[in-house]
Amino acid sequence: MDLLNAFVSLANYVLIPGIAYGSQLALGALGVTLVYGILRFSNFAHGDTMAFGAMITVLMTWWLQSLGVSLGPLPTALLALPFGIAGCILLLLATDRAVYHFYREKKAKPVILAIVSLGVMFIMNGIVRFIIGPDDQRFLDGERFLISAGDFKKMTGLEEGLAIKTTQVITVITAIIVVSLLFWFLNRTRSGKSMRAYSDNEDLALLSGINPERVVMLTWVIVGALATVAGVLYGLDKSFKPFTYFQLLLPIFASAIVGGLGSPVGAIAGGFVIAFSEVTITYAWKKVLGYMMPDSLAPDGLVQLLSTDYKFAVSFAILLIVLLFKPTGLFKGQSV
Amino acid sequence: MSSDPYGDRGNKDVSVANPKGTGTAHPVKRGGSAHPAPGGPFLIAEGMTGGYGTGPDILHDCTIAVEKGEIAVIVGPNGAGKSTAMKAVFGMLDLRAGHVRLDGQDITALSPQDRVARGMGFVPQTSNIFTSMTVEENLEMGAFIRTDDFSDTMEQIFDLFPILREKRRQPAGELSGGQRQQVAVGRALMTKPKLLMLDEPTAGVSPIVMDELFDRIIEVARTGIPILMVEQNARQALEIADKGYVMVQGANAYTGTGKELLVNEDVRKSFLGG
Amino acid sequence: MNDIVRNVGLFAIVGVLILLTGFLQSWNAALLILNMGLISAVMALGVNLQWGFAGLFNIGVMGFVALGGLATVLVSMPPTTEAWAVGGLRVMLGLVLGAATIIAGVLTYRTMKPGRARAIAMIVVLVAGFFIFRAVLDPGVELIEAVNPAATGYLGGLGLPVIVAWPVGGVLAAGVAWLIGKTALGLRSDYLAIATLGIAEIIIAVLKNEDWMSRGVKNVIGIPRPVPFEIDLQNDPGFVERAAGIGFDPVMASTLYVKLLYAGLFLVVLVVLLWLAQMALASPWGRMLRAIRDNEVSAEAMGKDVKKRHLQVFILGSAICGIAGAMMTTLDGQLTPSSYQPLRFTFLVWVMVIVGGSGNNFGAVLGGFLIWFLWVQVEPMGRLLMDLITAGMADGYWLKEHLIESAAHMRLLTMGIVLLLVLRFSPRGLIPEK
Repeated sequence: MDLLNAFVSLANYVLIPGIAYGSQLALGALGVTLVYGILRFSNFAHGDTMAFGAMITVLMTWWLQSLGVSLGPLPTALLALPFGIAGCILLLLATDRAVYHFYREKKAKPVILAIVSLGVMFIMNGIVRFIIGPDDQRFLDGERFLISAGDFKKMTGLEEGLAIKTTQVITVITAIIVVSLLFWFLNRTRSGKSMRAYSDNEDLALLSGINPERVVMLTWVIVGALATVAGVLYGLDKSFKPFTYFQLLLPIFASAIVGGLGSPVGAIAGGFVIAFSEVTITYAWKKVLGYMMPDSLAPDGLVQLLSTDYKFAVSFAILLIVLLFKPTGLFKGQSV
Repeated sequence: MSSDPYGDRGNKDVSVANPKGTGTAHPVKRGGSAHPAPGGPFLIAEGMTGGYGTGPDILHDCTIAVEKGEIAVIVGPNGAGKSTAMKAVFGMLDLRAGHVRLDGQDITALSPQDRVARGMGFVPQTSNIFTSMTVEENLEMGAFIRTDDFSDTMEQIFDLFPILREKRRQPAGELSGGQRQQVAVGRALMTKPKLLMLDEPTAGVSPIVMDELFDRIIEVARTGIPILMVEQNARQALEIADKGYVMVQGANAYTGTGKELLVNEDVRKSFLGG
Repeated sequence: MNDIVRNVGLFAIVGVLILLTGFLQSWNAALLILNMGLISAVMALGVNLQWGFAGLFNIGVMGFVALGGLATVLVSMPPTTEAWAVGGLRVMLGLVLGAATIIAGVLTYRTMKPGRARAIAMIVVLVAGFFIFRAVLDPGVELIEAVNPAATGYLGGLGLPVIVAWPVGGVLAAGVAWLIGKTALGLRSDYLAIATLGIAEIIIAVLKNEDWMSRGVKNVIGIPRPVPFEIDLQNDPGFVERAAGIGFDPVMASTLYVKLLYAGLFLVVLVVLLWLAQMALASPWGRMLRAIRDNEVSAEAMGKDVKKRHLQVFILGSAICGIAGAMMTTLDGQLTPSSYQPLRFTFLVWVMVIVGGSGNNFGAVLGGFLIWFLWVQVEPMGRLLMDLITAGMADGYWLKEHLIESAAHMRLLTMGIVLLLVLRFSPRGLIPEK
């Protein structure tokens, strides 16, 4: 029995990666939930929006790196992030003007907008692949670890190492800052409140003198920022590959739905629920259990509930279970 | 409908589309301007003809007017187009014919937002509060177009509806029917409107609450704000009305002072139950 | 009348496009487009049934298509007797236990009163069942996968004629659709889109990982064919003679002949399904479906069970996608789990339906052919375009290389643009619903 080592191992392989992944999903799900709450449709192009914002950031990072600019121990991508956000916002605003605006004028039903977003998804996917190609891209630099497994072992004398990657810390800090800003904006500012009002009751917002087009524009600006931040953090933590972003659509939607579509708090909770279930269920528990049990009882196999390839199945199963017990998600009625 | 290329084919999938749907208004587009049209009553909507989007006409040459300091009431059977007439006055649908004039200006081409800015306040019949927002936030949204300090207006509304002061931090959706109506009226008053339009403010509230609401409405009218109101409770409404309109099938059927209509034989028989 | 002329004209245009491919590129390429066009048309027919006639949003087409592919393997491949001997029974028992666990979970949910006790009981049943299932299944799987992994390592199939797999693919897809529909359409609100999206990913994950069943990423190759092999035809003197008689060399003639045979088979399936779909929609059942779609509230008031109809149409549409998937794997001659991509197998089919005309079976068929043609031909056209654009640039200039290299990605871009243009300027599709 060695609970300390067991905990360190658990933290190393489950808790820390789960928190980082959860933050990324939460930021992605926030974007989906905002569009759902305000523009009333599920934006299937969101994964590719994240890819686009991240791509601009990657390109800017490379350019900055070629100029010799660096942030020291921090990744240069943080400097490039504002450019990525700006690029992504411009793309979204242009898309809205050229595509979605028309259907709003026509009073098209939200389902039609969802289908339209499929077309946008194809186009964004094509643009990203056209510009940066379909392959994995590396853009991470700076210090790789805040604490490496070796240092940790030396420091504590424990058998088990705990590695904390710089990107994981950055992910969590950035997510906290972004989410706090968002909530401050939605709950404390006039514009943010007008977004919530519009999401709550479109006709009444109109009667109150709120300009719908302005609300929509604001929404795209926020969604662009959220998507880019989520995309860049995911790219830094894992790697940048256009197709993975497209595939993130499922866990992101699962997060948003588990939390209750349209609810920002729900999106965050949903992100962590999905992330932790994925990591926990696809993690091989052999080591942790080995520390926790007497030698005679130590498990032989990997004690992995499901192979990592089934992570989608986990998102989905959690989604199903939550919907069975809470048909409107965890946080119902707290719309944007 | 199969003929509507922008319809949803009966899809009810909440993972694709927000079941709240988009707004139902077909508002007058932004960018229109008002032009002077002096004379006539404070508000007059003259010869209104129109319907929603490309749908059939619901209003047929309908005329409604209110003078300063008056209460005007529209009554009529279900489906007569009373609510539609109110929305039309507020620019929530495109009129095919007719004009709306407010305070010596023709505002037919103005969007609802611009009409709010010109002093019109409207309380729709249903969904007239932001249920997920607190009472205070509801009032703030009412004052959305104001850039000045509106805390004293809010105080006045809290004085008018004291219960709202108590519940100011509660989500409006958690209030009772009567309290919600007070929030709705309060929200519309936040702009200090020059004209208040109420669409069935007493719908779905108990008789006691209804009496109280009527008292409050009279109280508002006494401050000099003209009120245009649609009411189901025709008798009670006409009793407090300076002017009454009976609408049938989207057109004016009878017009007169409240008292005139109350004693009119035809109106009594058809709409007031004898 | 005018409509008929117009629609025949549209089909004729697609026909001419395919013929042009034959004249300008090669007849093999043209027939390949035709064959996949036929299969795409079948898929589009399935999705059109769901979206066009019932407004159901199925974005898991890929999963049903893959199930059809799995069906071909399970039906037509020869059984691996050794694998069956070492672990077949054990795996079957495991699967039965797995199914029993789920049924027990559902029964617990249904019989117990809502509350914490039910939730806990259900979780206990499911978790315990899961561990028993894994304990029984895993050793069997290990044994099976150890049997000659380079060539088999899986249970194989039933060794039946491959054509049998087509209806079986439909049945398999229908079964899974029933499960999804029961769950997703049965929840208090309808969650079909996310359910189908998720199930499709899970089906692909199963195909990729459950080597004992589908050989996973090692692929199943050499699936039996319903038509002769080209090489056999080339060695058949009678065939060579006939080919020479019409002026073809044997290699060319055999490849074309085989493709034409496939085209004939697929055409029969398409025509039968199209006829069935048309009949169904003209029937009281079809009219009821449309009544529900156009005004669910009043249809429900008239006492029509909307959920039941939706479930039926969802199952039928998915079955059609399953059949198409089986046909496709038959045409490919192999099952390649990693080739299933949602953009290609789900969203492209949606583009076909929307572009063709949602709610019109002929529109869906037209969309299937047209979009498939574009999907194939955009790449060479894109390359041509890039060659043109970069003609003035020096060789080795980075932009030139980048543009030429990226031409392949024009495909997705074009599909998106086509979809958006049709939605904007002809929102009811090329052949609108009547």
